[in-house]
Amino acid sequence: MDFTNTLLLTLRLAAITTFILLLLGIPVAYGLARSRSAWKPVLEALVSMPLVLPPTVIGFYLLLALSPNSFFGHWLQDTFEVRLVFTFSGLVLGSLIYSFPFMVQPLQSGFENLPAHLAEASYTLGKSTWTTLWWVLLPNIRPALLSGIVLAFAHTVGEFGVVLMIGGNIPGVTRVASIAIYDEVEALNFAEANRYALSLVLLAFVFLVLFFRYNRRSQQWISW
Amino acid sequence: MDKLVSTLNFDLHLRDGRRSFHLEVDLQLHPGELLALTGPSGSGKTTVLRILAGLENRAKGQLIFQEEVWQDSSKRIFLPPQQRSIGVVFQDYALFPNMNVTQNLRFALPKAADGALIEELLEVMDLLDLRNALPFELSGGQQQRVALARALVRRPKLLLLDEPLSALDTRMREHLQTYILELHQRYALTTLLISHHPEEIQRLADRVLMMEKGKIVDESLFAPDVTGGLVLQAIWRGIHEGMAQVQLGENLLQTSLLTPAIETFNMGQTVKIRMLSKTTFEVLETAD
Repeated sequence: MDFTNTLLLTLRLAAITTFILLLLGIPVAYGLARSRSAWKPVLEALVSMPLVLPPTVIGFYLLLALSPNSFFGHWLQDTFEVRLVFTFSGLVLGSLIYSFPFMVQPLQSGFENLPAHLAEASYTLGKSTWTTLWWVLLPNIRPALLSGIVLAFAHTVGEFGVVLMIGGNIPGVTRVASIAIYDEVEALNFAEANRYALSLVLLAFVFLVLFFRYNRRSQQWISW
Repeated sequence: MDKLVSTLNFDLHLRDGRRSFHLEVDLQLHPGELLALTGPSGSGKTTVLRILAGLENRAKGQLIFQEEVWQDSSKRIFLPPQQRSIGVVFQDYALFPNMNVTQNLRFALPKAADGALIEELLEVMDLLDLRNALPFELSGGQQQRVALARALVRRPKLLLLDEPLSALDTRMREHLQTYILELHQRYALTTLLISHHPEEIQRLADRVLMMEKGKIVDESLFAPDVTGGLVLQAIWRGIHEGMAQVQLGENLLQTSLLTPAIETFNMGQTVKIRMLSKTTFEVLETAD
Protein backbone atom coordinates (compact mmCIF):
# COMPACT_ATOMS: atom_id res chain seq x y z
CA MET A 1 0.00 0.00 0.00
CA ASP A 2 2.88 2.27 0.93
CA PHE A 3 4.41 1.55 -2.45
CA THR A 4 1.27 2.58 -4.38
CA ASN A 5 0.71 5.63 -2.17
CA THR A 6 4.25 6.81 -2.68
CA LEU A 7 4.05 6.38 -6.43
CA LEU A 8 0.67 8.12 -6.61
CA LEU A 9 1.98 10.97 -4.47
CA THR A 10 4.96 11.31 -6.79
CA LEU A 11 2.73 11.40 -9.86
CA ARG A 12 0.35 13.83 -8.19
CA LEU A 13 3.22 16.16 -7.33
CA ALA A 14 4.58 15.96 -10.88
CA ALA A 15 1.16 16.51 -12.47
CA ILE A 16 0.26 19.50 -10.30
CA THR A 17 3.72 21.02 -10.74
CA THR A 18 3.63 20.53 -14.51
CA PHE A 19 0.17 22.04 -14.80
CA ILE A 20 1.09 25.15 -12.80
CA LEU A 21 4.40 25.43 -14.66
CA LEU A 22 2.54 25.36 -17.95
CA LEU A 23 0.37 28.28 -16.84
CA LEU A 24 3.37 30.22 -15.54
CA GLY A 25 5.82 29.15 -18.22
CA ILE A 26 3.83 30.22 -21.28
CA PRO A 27 3.65 33.95 -20.44
CA VAL A 28 7.21 34.04 -19.11
CA ALA A 29 8.61 32.24 -22.16
CA TYR A 30 6.55 34.41 -24.52
CA GLY A 31 7.71 37.57 -22.75
CA LEU A 32 11.35 36.49 -22.87
CA ALA A 33 11.11 35.49 -26.52
CA ARG A 34 9.67 38.86 -27.51
CA SER A 35 11.76 40.97 -25.16
CA ARG A 36 14.32 43.38 -26.56
CA SER A 37 15.16 44.73 -23.11
CA ALA A 38 18.71 45.14 -21.91
CA TRP A 39 17.61 43.18 -18.83
CA LYS A 40 16.76 40.09 -20.84
CA PRO A 41 20.06 38.25 -20.06
CA VAL A 42 19.55 38.93 -16.35
CA LEU A 43 16.02 37.51 -16.44
CA GLU A 44 17.18 34.52 -18.48
CA ALA A 45 19.96 33.87 -15.99
CA LEU A 46 17.47 34.01 -13.11
CA VAL A 47 15.12 31.57 -14.83
CA SER A 48 17.99 29.20 -15.57
CA MET A 49 19.58 29.26 -12.09
CA PRO A 50 17.96 25.99 -10.96
CA LEU A 51 19.74 24.26 -13.87
CA VAL A 52 23.17 24.91 -12.44
CA LEU A 53 22.59 25.18 -8.71
CA PRO A 54 22.78 22.01 -6.60
CA PRO A 55 19.21 21.09 -5.62
CA THR A 56 20.26 21.12 -1.97
CA VAL A 57 21.15 24.80 -2.27
CA ILE A 58 17.68 25.63 -3.57
CA GLY A 59 16.13 23.41 -0.92
CA PHE A 60 18.24 24.97 1.81
CA TYR A 61 17.27 28.54 0.95
CA LEU A 62 13.63 27.58 0.53
CA LEU A 63 13.74 25.90 3.91
CA LEU A 64 15.19 29.07 5.44
CA ALA A 65 12.69 31.32 3.66
CA LEU A 66 9.62 29.27 4.45
CA SER A 67 10.42 28.17 7.96
CA PRO A 68 8.09 29.70 10.57
CA ASN A 69 11.16 31.28 12.18
CA SER A 70 11.85 33.39 9.09
CA PHE A 71 10.11 36.67 8.37
CA PHE A 72 8.31 35.35 5.28
CA GLY A 73 7.37 32.01 6.82
CA HIS A 74 6.15 33.75 9.95
CA TRP A 75 4.07 36.17 7.85
CA LEU A 76 2.56 33.30 5.85
CA GLN A 77 1.59 31.48 8.99
CA ASP A 78 0.25 34.56 10.75
CA THR A 79 -1.69 35.99 7.84
CA PHE A 80 -2.94 32.95 5.96
CA GLU A 81 -2.33 30.22 8.52
CA VAL A 82 -0.25 28.51 5.87
CA ARG A 83 2.76 26.43 6.72
CA LEU A 84 4.85 25.27 3.79
CA VAL A 85 7.80 23.38 5.23
CA PHE A 86 7.27 19.64 5.50
CA THR A 87 3.95 19.85 3.66
CA PHE A 88 2.78 18.80 0.21
CA SER A 89 2.17 22.45 -0.76
CA GLY A 90 5.78 23.21 0.15
CA LEU A 91 6.87 20.37 -2.11
CA VAL A 92 4.85 21.83 -4.96
CA LEU A 93 6.44 25.24 -4.43
CA GLY A 94 9.95 23.76 -4.32
CA SER A 95 9.25 21.70 -7.46
CA LEU A 96 7.93 24.76 -9.27
CA ILE A 97 11.16 26.63 -8.67
CA TYR A 98 13.36 23.64 -9.36
CA SER A 99 11.67 22.62 -12.62
CA PHE A 100 10.88 26.12 -13.89
CA PRO A 101 13.67 26.32 -16.51
CA PHE A 102 12.74 22.90 -17.88
CA MET A 103 9.37 24.32 -18.87
CA VAL A 104 10.44 27.83 -19.87
CA GLN A 105 13.46 27.04 -22.04
CA PRO A 106 11.77 24.75 -24.61
CA LEU A 107 8.79 27.11 -24.80
CA GLN A 108 10.99 30.16 -25.24
CA SER A 109 12.96 28.51 -28.00
CA GLY A 110 9.67 27.37 -29.58
CA PHE A 111 8.37 30.94 -29.62
CA GLU A 112 11.69 32.29 -30.91
CA ASN A 113 11.78 29.80 -33.76
CA LEU A 114 8.36 30.78 -35.06
CA PRO A 115 8.42 33.04 -38.13
CA ALA A 116 8.45 36.61 -36.80
CA HIS A 117 5.51 37.67 -38.91
CA LEU A 118 3.10 35.03 -37.64
CA ALA A 119 1.93 37.03 -34.62
CA GLU A 120 2.01 40.31 -36.54
CA ALA A 121 -0.12 38.83 -39.31
CA SER A 122 -2.69 37.84 -36.71
CA TYR A 123 -2.71 41.34 -35.18
CA THR A 124 -3.23 42.92 -38.60
CA LEU A 125 -6.19 40.56 -39.04
CA GLY A 126 -7.75 42.19 -35.99
CA LYS A 127 -6.94 39.50 -33.45
CA SER A 128 -5.98 40.23 -29.86
CA THR A 129 -2.75 39.10 -28.21
CA TRP A 130 -4.69 36.42 -26.35
CA THR A 131 -6.45 35.08 -29.48
CA THR A 132 -3.13 35.12 -31.31
CA LEU A 133 -1.40 33.21 -28.54
CA TRP A 134 -4.13 30.62 -28.23
CA TRP A 135 -5.00 29.98 -31.89
CA VAL A 136 -1.81 30.84 -33.76
CA LEU A 137 1.29 30.63 -31.57
CA LEU A 138 0.61 27.76 -29.18
CA PRO A 139 -0.66 25.34 -31.86
CA ASN A 140 2.49 26.02 -33.84
CA ILE A 141 4.86 25.30 -30.98
CA ARG A 142 3.25 21.98 -30.08
CA PRO A 143 6.55 20.06 -30.06
CA ALA A 144 8.04 22.67 -27.71
CA LEU A 145 4.97 22.51 -25.47
CA LEU A 146 5.28 18.77 -25.31
CA SER A 147 9.01 18.98 -24.57
CA GLY A 148 8.31 21.38 -21.74
CA ILE A 149 5.59 19.16 -20.30
CA VAL A 150 7.67 15.98 -20.54
CA LEU A 151 10.83 17.57 -19.16
CA ALA A 152 9.08 19.35 -16.29
CA PHE A 153 7.13 16.23 -15.38
CA ALA A 154 10.14 13.91 -15.56
CA HIS A 155 12.37 16.33 -13.71
CA THR A 156 9.82 16.68 -10.90
CA VAL A 157 9.43 12.92 -10.63
CA GLY A 158 13.19 12.56 -10.33
CA GLU A 159 13.96 15.38 -7.91
CA PHE A 160 15.54 14.51 -4.64
CA GLY A 161 17.56 17.27 -2.98
CA VAL A 162 14.91 19.97 -2.91
CA VAL A 163 12.21 17.53 -1.81
CA LEU A 164 14.31 16.16 0.99
CA MET A 165 15.26 19.58 2.30
CA ILE A 166 11.83 21.17 2.21
CA GLY A 167 9.53 18.18 2.53
CA GLY A 168 11.41 15.75 4.66
CA ASN A 169 10.27 12.17 4.42
CA ILE A 170 6.73 11.90 5.75
CA PRO A 171 4.94 8.83 4.31
CA GLY A 172 1.75 9.76 2.47
CA VAL A 173 2.54 13.47 2.72
CA THR A 174 5.97 14.27 1.40
CA ARG A 175 7.59 10.93 0.77
CA VAL A 176 8.08 10.64 -2.97
CA ALA A 177 9.57 7.77 -4.98
CA SER A 178 13.12 9.08 -5.20
CA ILE A 179 13.30 9.44 -1.44
CA ALA A 180 11.69 6.07 -0.94
CA ILE A 181 14.44 4.50 -3.07
CA TYR A 182 17.10 6.16 -0.94
CA ASP A 183 15.35 5.01 2.23
CA GLU A 184 15.00 1.42 1.08
CA VAL A 185 18.64 1.25 0.03
CA GLU A 186 19.68 2.66 3.42
CA ALA A 187 17.63 -0.11 5.02
CA LEU A 188 19.20 -2.63 2.60
CA ASN A 189 15.75 -3.46 1.11
CA PHE A 190 17.11 -3.68 -2.41
CA ALA A 191 14.06 -5.51 -3.76
CA GLU A 192 11.72 -2.74 -2.66
CA ALA A 193 14.15 -0.07 -3.94
CA ASN A 194 14.18 -1.92 -7.24
CA ARG A 195 10.36 -1.85 -7.47
CA TYR A 196 10.39 1.93 -7.15
CA ALA A 197 13.34 2.36 -9.47
CA LEU A 198 11.92 0.06 -12.14
CA SER A 199 8.56 1.85 -11.97
CA LEU A 200 10.28 5.16 -12.61
CA VAL A 201 12.32 3.69 -15.49
CA LEU A 202 9.17 2.28 -17.13
CA LEU A 203 7.28 5.49 -16.58
CA ALA A 204 10.04 7.56 -18.16
CA PHE A 205 10.28 5.17 -21.11
CA VAL A 206 6.55 5.18 -21.87
CA PHE A 207 6.50 8.95 -21.58
CA LEU A 208 9.35 9.40 -24.01
CA VAL A 209 7.91 6.94 -26.56
CA LEU A 210 4.63 8.85 -26.53
CA PHE A 211 6.51 12.11 -26.82
CA PHE A 212 8.56 11.07 -29.83
CA ARG A 213 5.59 9.48 -31.54
CA TYR A 214 3.49 12.60 -31.21
CA ASN A 215 6.39 14.88 -32.02
CA ARG A 216 7.04 13.16 -35.34
CA ARG A 217 3.47 13.77 -36.43
CA SER A 218 3.51 17.44 -35.44
CA GLN A 219 6.92 18.10 -36.92
CA GLN A 220 5.92 17.78 -40.57
CA TRP A 221 3.75 20.84 -40.92
CA ILE A 222 5.35 22.92 -38.22
CA SER A 223 8.92 22.76 -39.48
CA TRP A 224 7.83 23.50 -43.02
CA MET B 1 -8.15 64.81 -54.60
CA ASP B 2 -8.69 63.94 -50.94
CA LYS B 3 -5.64 63.16 -48.98
CA LEU B 4 -6.18 60.01 -47.02
CA VAL B 5 -2.98 59.83 -45.14
CA SER B 6 -1.53 62.96 -43.79
CA THR B 7 1.94 63.90 -42.68
CA LEU B 8 4.14 61.20 -41.36
CA ASN B 9 7.23 62.58 -39.71
CA PHE B 10 9.16 59.96 -37.95
CA ASP B 11 12.35 59.73 -36.03
CA LEU B 12 13.36 56.33 -34.93
CA HIS B 13 16.23 54.17 -33.75
CA LEU B 14 16.65 50.87 -35.44
CA ARG B 15 16.26 47.61 -33.62
CA ASP B 16 19.93 46.73 -33.30
CA GLY B 17 20.43 49.84 -31.19
CA ARG B 18 23.93 50.42 -32.53
CA ARG B 19 23.19 52.81 -35.33
CA SER B 20 20.59 55.49 -35.28
CA PHE B 21 18.29 55.74 -38.21
CA HIS B 22 16.43 58.88 -39.00
CA LEU B 23 13.26 58.38 -40.92
CA GLU B 24 11.50 61.44 -42.15
CA VAL B 25 8.57 60.79 -44.40
CA ASP B 26 5.78 63.01 -45.58
CA LEU B 27 3.43 60.71 -47.36
CA GLN B 28 0.03 61.17 -48.92
CA LEU B 29 -2.11 58.41 -50.27
CA HIS B 30 -5.05 59.13 -52.54
CA PRO B 31 -8.25 57.08 -52.44
CA GLY B 32 -8.06 54.01 -54.62
CA GLU B 33 -4.52 54.55 -55.82
CA LEU B 34 -1.80 51.97 -55.91
CA LEU B 35 1.31 53.65 -54.63
CA ALA B 36 4.64 51.93 -55.00
CA LEU B 37 7.51 52.53 -52.63
CA THR B 38 10.91 51.63 -53.93
CA GLY B 39 14.55 52.23 -53.09
CA PRO B 40 17.65 50.42 -51.89
CA SER B 41 17.62 47.96 -49.00
CA GLY B 42 17.74 49.70 -45.64
CA SER B 43 16.18 52.88 -46.97
CA GLY B 44 13.19 52.56 -44.65
CA LYS B 45 10.47 51.28 -46.97
CA THR B 46 9.37 48.42 -44.77
CA THR B 47 9.52 50.68 -41.72
CA VAL B 48 7.05 53.05 -43.38
CA LEU B 49 4.75 50.10 -44.04
CA ARG B 50 5.09 48.92 -40.45
CA ILE B 51 4.28 52.40 -39.16
CA LEU B 52 1.14 52.47 -41.31
CA ALA B 53 0.18 49.02 -40.06
CA GLY B 54 0.71 49.93 -36.40
CA LEU B 55 3.47 47.38 -36.01
CA GLU B 56 6.09 50.00 -35.17
CA ASN B 57 5.22 51.93 -32.07
CA ARG B 58 8.59 53.53 -31.38
CA ALA B 59 8.30 56.06 -34.16
CA LYS B 60 7.20 59.56 -33.31
CA GLY B 61 4.87 61.46 -35.59
CA GLN B 62 1.35 61.83 -36.86
CA LEU B 63 -0.68 59.55 -39.04
CA ILE B 64 -4.23 60.30 -40.14
CA PHE B 65 -6.29 57.97 -42.27
CA GLN B 66 -9.58 59.27 -43.66
CA GLU B 67 -9.85 61.81 -40.87
CA GLU B 68 -9.25 59.12 -38.29
CA VAL B 69 -6.14 59.67 -36.19
CA TRP B 70 -4.19 56.43 -36.13
CA GLN B 71 -1.17 57.90 -34.45
CA ASP B 72 -0.25 61.20 -32.89
CA SER B 73 2.76 61.05 -30.64
CA SER B 74 2.20 64.54 -29.29
CA LYS B 75 -1.19 63.46 -27.94
CA ARG B 76 -0.02 59.95 -27.05
CA ILE B 77 -2.45 58.41 -29.50
CA PHE B 78 -1.51 55.09 -31.01
CA LEU B 79 -4.06 52.74 -32.51
CA PRO B 80 -2.84 49.13 -32.53
CA PRO B 81 -3.06 47.17 -35.80
CA GLN B 82 -6.32 45.58 -34.64
CA GLN B 83 -8.06 48.97 -34.72
CA ARG B 84 -6.78 50.06 -38.13
CA SER B 85 -8.62 49.15 -41.29
CA ILE B 86 -5.66 47.43 -42.92
CA GLY B 87 -4.71 44.26 -44.72
CA VAL B 88 -1.05 43.31 -44.78
CA VAL B 89 0.75 40.82 -46.99
CA PHE B 90 4.20 39.98 -45.70
CA GLN B 91 7.19 38.99 -47.77
CA ASP B 92 7.22 35.51 -46.23
CA TYR B 93 3.39 35.22 -46.53
CA ALA B 94 3.01 34.45 -42.79
CA LEU B 95 0.29 31.87 -43.34
CA PHE B 96 -0.67 30.00 -40.19
CA PRO B 97 0.86 26.52 -40.60
CA ASN B 98 -1.73 24.84 -38.37
CA MET B 99 -4.69 25.99 -40.46
CA ASN B 100 -5.72 24.98 -43.95
CA VAL B 101 -6.50 27.54 -46.65
CA THR B 102 -10.14 28.07 -45.65
CA GLN B 103 -9.26 28.19 -41.95
CA ASN B 104 -6.56 30.81 -42.62
CA LEU B 105 -9.22 32.96 -44.27
CA ARG B 106 -11.93 32.17 -41.74
CA PHE B 107 -9.63 33.12 -38.86
CA ALA B 108 -9.48 36.63 -40.30
CA LEU B 109 -13.26 36.95 -40.51
CA PRO B 110 -14.71 39.40 -37.97
CA LYS B 111 -17.22 37.80 -35.62
CA ALA B 112 -20.34 39.49 -37.00
CA ALA B 113 -19.42 39.04 -40.67
CA ASP B 114 -20.88 36.30 -42.84
CA GLY B 115 -18.68 33.91 -44.76
CA ALA B 116 -19.80 34.85 -48.28
CA LEU B 117 -16.70 36.98 -48.82
CA ILE B 118 -14.49 33.99 -48.10
CA GLU B 119 -16.14 31.99 -50.87
CA GLU B 120 -15.85 34.94 -53.21
CA LEU B 121 -12.15 35.43 -52.45
CA LEU B 122 -11.44 31.72 -52.85
CA GLU B 123 -13.03 31.94 -56.26
CA VAL B 124 -11.36 35.19 -57.36
CA MET B 125 -7.95 33.86 -56.32
CA ASP B 126 -8.53 30.42 -57.89
CA LEU B 127 -8.21 28.68 -54.56
CA LEU B 128 -11.41 26.64 -54.53
CA ASP B 129 -9.59 23.39 -55.27
CA LEU B 130 -7.00 24.10 -52.61
CA ARG B 131 -9.38 25.08 -49.82
CA ASN B 132 -8.49 22.12 -47.61
CA ALA B 133 -4.75 22.18 -48.25
CA LEU B 134 -2.31 23.06 -45.47
CA PRO B 135 0.23 25.79 -46.23
CA PHE B 136 3.16 23.38 -46.48
CA GLU B 137 1.35 21.59 -49.29
CA LEU B 138 1.17 24.75 -51.42
CA SER B 139 3.65 26.26 -53.85
CA GLY B 140 5.04 29.75 -53.24
CA GLY B 141 2.62 31.31 -55.69
CA GLN B 142 -0.36 29.53 -54.15
CA GLN B 143 0.71 30.60 -50.67
CA GLN B 144 0.91 34.17 -51.83
CA ARG B 145 -2.59 34.00 -53.28
CA VAL B 146 -3.87 32.75 -49.94
CA ALA B 147 -2.02 35.55 -48.14
CA LEU B 148 -3.57 38.13 -50.48
CA ALA B 149 -7.05 36.69 -50.03
CA ARG B 150 -6.63 36.53 -46.26
CA ALA B 151 -5.55 40.17 -46.11
CA LEU B 152 -8.88 41.16 -47.67
CA VAL B 153 -11.24 39.19 -45.45
CA ARG B 154 -11.51 42.07 -43.00
CA ARG B 155 -12.55 44.35 -45.87
CA PRO B 156 -9.68 46.74 -45.20
CA LYS B 157 -9.55 50.23 -46.61
CA LEU B 158 -5.79 50.17 -46.90
CA LEU B 159 -3.85 47.24 -48.33
CA LEU B 160 -0.14 47.05 -47.51
CA LEU B 161 2.05 44.76 -49.60
CA ASP B 162 5.62 44.23 -48.42
CA GLU B 163 7.56 42.90 -51.42
CA PRO B 164 4.87 40.28 -51.84
CA LEU B 165 6.28 38.71 -54.98
CA SER B 166 10.00 38.91 -54.35
CA ALA B 167 10.40 35.26 -53.39
CA LEU B 168 8.83 34.05 -56.63
CA ASP B 169 10.30 33.39 -60.05
CA THR B 170 9.62 35.78 -62.93
CA ARG B 171 6.82 33.77 -64.51
CA MET B 172 4.97 33.36 -61.22
CA ARG B 173 5.50 37.04 -60.43
CA GLU B 174 3.83 38.12 -63.64
CA HIS B 175 1.01 35.70 -63.01
CA LEU B 176 0.40 37.07 -59.52
CA GLN B 177 0.57 40.68 -60.65
CA THR B 178 -2.64 39.94 -62.50
CA TYR B 179 -4.29 38.88 -59.26
CA ILE B 180 -3.08 42.00 -57.45
CA LEU B 181 -4.50 44.20 -60.20
CA GLU B 182 -7.77 42.29 -60.12
CA LEU B 183 -8.11 42.71 -56.36
CA HIS B 184 -7.07 46.34 -56.44
CA GLN B 185 -9.70 47.17 -59.03
CA ARG B 186 -12.47 44.90 -57.80
CA TYR B 187 -12.37 46.14 -54.21
CA ALA B 188 -11.23 49.73 -55.00
CA LEU B 189 -8.47 49.40 -52.47
CA THR B 190 -5.99 52.06 -51.59
CA THR B 191 -2.77 50.11 -51.79
CA LEU B 192 0.84 50.61 -50.81
CA LEU B 193 3.23 48.28 -52.56
CA ILE B 194 6.87 47.90 -51.64
CA SER B 195 8.87 46.55 -54.52
CA HIS B 196 12.35 46.32 -55.93
CA HIS B 197 11.25 45.27 -59.37
CA PRO B 198 10.91 48.04 -61.98
CA GLU B 199 8.70 45.95 -64.23
CA GLU B 200 6.40 45.14 -61.33
CA ILE B 201 6.05 48.79 -60.37
CA GLN B 202 5.57 49.70 -63.97
CA ARG B 203 2.75 47.24 -64.38
CA LEU B 204 0.94 47.82 -61.10
CA ALA B 205 1.51 51.27 -59.72
CA ASP B 206 -0.25 54.58 -60.34
CA ARG B 207 2.48 56.48 -58.60
CA VAL B 208 5.90 55.67 -57.32
CA LEU B 209 7.98 57.09 -54.49
CA MET B 210 11.65 56.41 -54.18
CA MET B 211 13.27 56.30 -50.76
CA GLU B 212 16.85 56.66 -49.75
CA LYS B 213 18.29 56.77 -46.24
CA GLY B 214 14.93 57.30 -44.59
CA LYS B 215 13.69 60.02 -46.92
CA ILE B 216 11.55 60.17 -50.01
CA VAL B 217 13.86 61.46 -52.70
CA ASP B 218 11.72 61.17 -55.80
CA GLU B 219 8.11 61.06 -56.75
CA SER B 220 6.51 60.35 -60.04
CA LEU B 221 3.13 59.79 -61.50
CA PHE B 222 3.23 57.54 -64.42
CA ALA B 223 1.03 55.44 -66.57
CA PRO B 224 2.58 52.04 -66.58
CA ASP B 225 0.97 50.64 -69.69
CA VAL B 226 1.43 53.76 -71.77
CA THR B 227 4.94 54.96 -71.23
CA GLY B 228 6.58 51.60 -71.34
CA GLY B 229 9.86 51.67 -69.55
CA LEU B 230 10.64 55.27 -70.37
CA VAL B 231 9.32 57.09 -67.38
CA LEU B 232 10.42 54.38 -65.09
CA GLN B 233 13.94 54.52 -66.37
CA ALA B 234 13.79 58.22 -65.79
CA ILE B 235 12.83 57.60 -62.19
CA TRP B 236 16.09 55.87 -61.57
CA ARG B 237 17.88 58.85 -63.00
CA GLY B 238 15.86 61.23 -60.87
CA ILE B 239 12.47 62.83 -61.25
CA HIS B 240 11.14 65.78 -59.39
CA GLU B 241 7.54 66.68 -58.72
CA GLY B 242 6.13 64.30 -61.27
CA MET B 243 8.45 65.41 -64.01
CA ALA B 244 10.79 63.24 -65.95
CA GLN B 245 13.37 63.64 -68.58
CA VAL B 246 12.69 61.00 -71.17
CA GLN B 247 13.67 60.02 -74.62
CA LEU B 248 10.61 59.89 -76.82
CA GLY B 249 10.00 56.39 -78.07
CA GLU B 250 7.51 54.64 -80.27
CA ASN B 251 5.47 53.53 -77.29
CA LEU B 252 4.97 56.96 -75.83
CA LEU B 253 4.29 58.71 -79.10
CA GLN B 254 1.69 56.24 -80.24
CA THR B 255 -0.36 55.84 -77.14
CA SER B 256 -0.36 59.12 -75.31
CA LEU B 257 -1.28 62.71 -75.86
CA LEU B 258 1.52 65.16 -75.77
CA THR B 259 1.06 68.88 -75.45
CA PRO B 260 2.10 70.61 -77.67
CA ALA B 261 1.07 68.27 -80.45
CA ILE B 262 2.95 65.14 -81.15
CA GLU B 263 4.17 66.20 -84.60
CA THR B 264 6.38 68.82 -82.98
CA PHE B 265 8.75 66.14 -81.74
CA ASN B 266 11.03 63.61 -83.20
CA MET B 267 11.54 60.02 -82.25
CA GLY B 268 14.51 59.64 -80.00
CA GLN B 269 14.45 63.23 -78.89
CA THR B 270 15.11 63.84 -75.20
CA VAL B 271 12.43 65.95 -73.55
CA LYS B 272 11.36 66.94 -70.08
CA ILE B 273 7.76 66.00 -69.49
CA ARG B 274 5.18 66.45 -66.78
CA MET B 275 2.33 64.09 -66.33
CA LEU B 276 -1.16 65.60 -66.47
CA SER B 277 -3.13 62.37 -66.47
CA LYS B 278 -2.40 58.77 -67.15
CA THR B 279 -2.20 59.37 -70.87
CA THR B 280 -1.47 63.06 -71.16
CA PHE B 281 1.95 64.60 -70.85
CA GLU B 282 3.02 68.16 -71.13
CA VAL B 283 6.36 68.70 -72.70
CA LEU B 284 8.06 71.43 -70.74
CA GLU B 285 11.25 71.77 -72.62
CA THR B 286 13.34 69.90 -75.04
CA ALA B 287 16.76 69.01 -73.81
CA ASP B 288 18.50 69.15 -77.13
